[in-house]
Amino acid sequence: MPIITYREALRHAMDEEMARDGKVILLGEEVAQYQGAYKVSQGLWEKYGSKRVIDTPITEEGFTGAAIGAAMAGLRPIVEWMTFNFSLQAIDQVINNAAKYRYMSGGQIKTPIVFRGPNGPAEYLASQHSQALQSFYAHCPGLVVLAPATPYDAKGLLKSAIRDDNPVVFLEGEMMYAWKGEVPEEEYLVPIGKADIKRPGKDVSLIVHSKPLKAAQDAAAELAKAGIDAEIVDLRSLRPLDEKAIYDSVKKTGRCVVIDESWPVASIGSWVAWLVSKNCFDYLDAPVELVSSEDVPMPYNHRLELAVQPSAPKIIEAVKKVMYLG
Amino acid sequence: MVKDHDLKKYSPEFLKKLLKDMIQIRRFEEKSAQMYGLQKIGGFCHLYIGQEAVAVGAINSLDLAKDHVVTAYRDHGHILACGSSPDAVMAELYGKATGCSKGKGGSMHLFDVEKHFWGGNGIVGAHIPIATGIALKIKYLEEKGVVLCFFGDGAIHQGAFHESLNLAKIWNLPVIYICENNQYGMGTFYHRVSSVKDFAVMGSAYNIPGKTIDGMDVLEVYEEVSSAARLAREGNPVFLEIKTYRYKGHSMSDPAKYRTKEELEDYKRQDPILILKSMLEQAELITEEEYKQMDAEAKEMSARSVKFAEESPEPTINQLYEDIYA
Repeated sequence: MPIITYREALRHAMDEEMARDGKVILLGEEVAQYQGAYKVSQGLWEKYGSKRVIDTPITEEGFTGAAIGAAMAGLRPIVEWMTFNFSLQAIDQVINNAAKYRYMSGGQIKTPIVFRGPNGPAEYLASQHSQALQSFYAHCPGLVVLAPATPYDAKGLLKSAIRDDNPVVFLEGEMMYAWKGEVPEEEYLVPIGKADIKRPGKDVSLIVHSKPLKAAQDAAAELAKAGIDAEIVDLRSLRPLDEKAIYDSVKKTGRCVVIDESWPVASIGSWVAWLVSKNCFDYLDAPVELVSSEDVPMPYNHRLELAVQPSAPKIIEAVKKVMYLG
Repeated sequence: MVKDHDLKKYSPEFLKKLLKDMIQIRRFEEKSAQMYGLQKIGGFCHLYIGQEAVAVGAINSLDLAKDHVVTAYRDHGHILACGSSPDAVMAELYGKATGCSKGKGGSMHLFDVEKHFWGGNGIVGAHIPIATGIALKIKYLEEKGVVLCFFGDGAIHQGAFHESLNLAKIWNLPVIYICENNQYGMGTFYHRVSSVKDFAVMGSAYNIPGKTIDGMDVLEVYEEVSSAARLAREGNPVFLEIKTYRYKGHSMSDPAKYRTKEELEDYKRQDPILILKSMLEQAELITEEEYKQMDAEAKEMSARSVKFAEESPEPTINQLYEDIYA
């Protein structure tokens, strides 16, 4: 099976869906002639032209809202936000319009649109350019929120997102764009709302999504050396959330560490930890642990910014807590 | 007061339709106010009384088989001018299951997508990018339609307005932005919060032609929006400031103490319904008897809509969970 990057996987997904459906368009800052700020859309402008791959001015509210209007009227736009940090300029359009039009029109409107771009901490970018904002979107009914962590999932989920009739917030990661993985040449879709067991195990469940998957995998490898068999549940879809997959794993292992690179207050991580505590209470041998980012804005200094985020040592420490080791 | 229009350009039926449309909105709104007073209607309720000529003149210049209308929260007049059922609109104000938005939208979120009426939006200016996007879809699919985007003088300083005008111009979109300048953004006279008193110039920053129109004269509105639509259909967006006046407060809870009784009385002498009525009388196109008959029918229509709303069922609790996702 070919090995490609996460970036290429996303590009292939958009390319295939644009070839399949003439109503799919891509718009955002620098997506066309510049080939994408992170080169995700490289080559698409040459292939599909300025009518379908559209450079916008730096006006997130305006072009996001216009894409929502176009989706309501019948197109299937993909909006690229250069980063999710800038999506806050457009969040009114997403929360008040995209997520609400169907409901407040009594079901008359559907909004098939994808909002995608890099989310979460990168490196040396400081507070405004390095934050994980999934909780903002996952909080809101009416949105689908996806967070793939491998090239395979990125491609399959993006294709599903483009075909979905709902507004989909699709979280990528600057640090993940160069990650590599096996992606089949033949067409496939990854279903929305299904978690994936990235590593089966019997001793402890690590519930994770997006970039911290790698830290969880590193932690699991380290734990295996100590004879601890961790199961990694990659959520992939934050809304809808695959609660069954989470509970099945925790009921098997009896111990749970939730990992989320967002801040801990009112986050996906804290929500999942509460769900597990409530719904797996009788199966748990220890209180659920949450490994989140520190509750601080991101500093510029590299040593400090690494200290903010979830890491393999922090996950291992949490696993030891739920196993009452040391 | 009465402008010099050549009424021979129009069929008597068309002129009477304009009059009838305005009277129906006026009587419907009076009924809404009455039912609000009786606490049959709750929440925010923004009446259109005084502004009828804007929606009626503008929307009558359209062909709603291919054209589209988007507006803000003062939307009762626009949906009625689009030909939607007064019963479904009143039922929506009542929050009933038979309402045009199944009782989930209320006064600010009236929708009739089949008639190309896209709401209804409660966030000031947030629908302006949406209208821009509907125009993008028309352009992309090479259709013939045009979008009318109505908003108030309170919305014109929002970034959404300025971002949208820029996008519409760089993408050559078939859209007409109509600022219904009723002169008060809630309780604030527009001169107090605007760097320009003549909004028509605001299009020029985006190389979009702008014009100020008398919104108390339905024929002037009709003529000007018709010519704007001819331009817009060719991909030239247009901006119109239509000067108007609301007789009631911003919403039902506003006693409108920020303006004088004399000012209100002065505008009532330029009432859009009286202007057209006297033009038609002078041209001997309508008799007092016919006018009274028209008015009686409008009152009857409003009373019927109340009866329909009263007798309609409440939505079921289960409907809470419907219409969130497609």
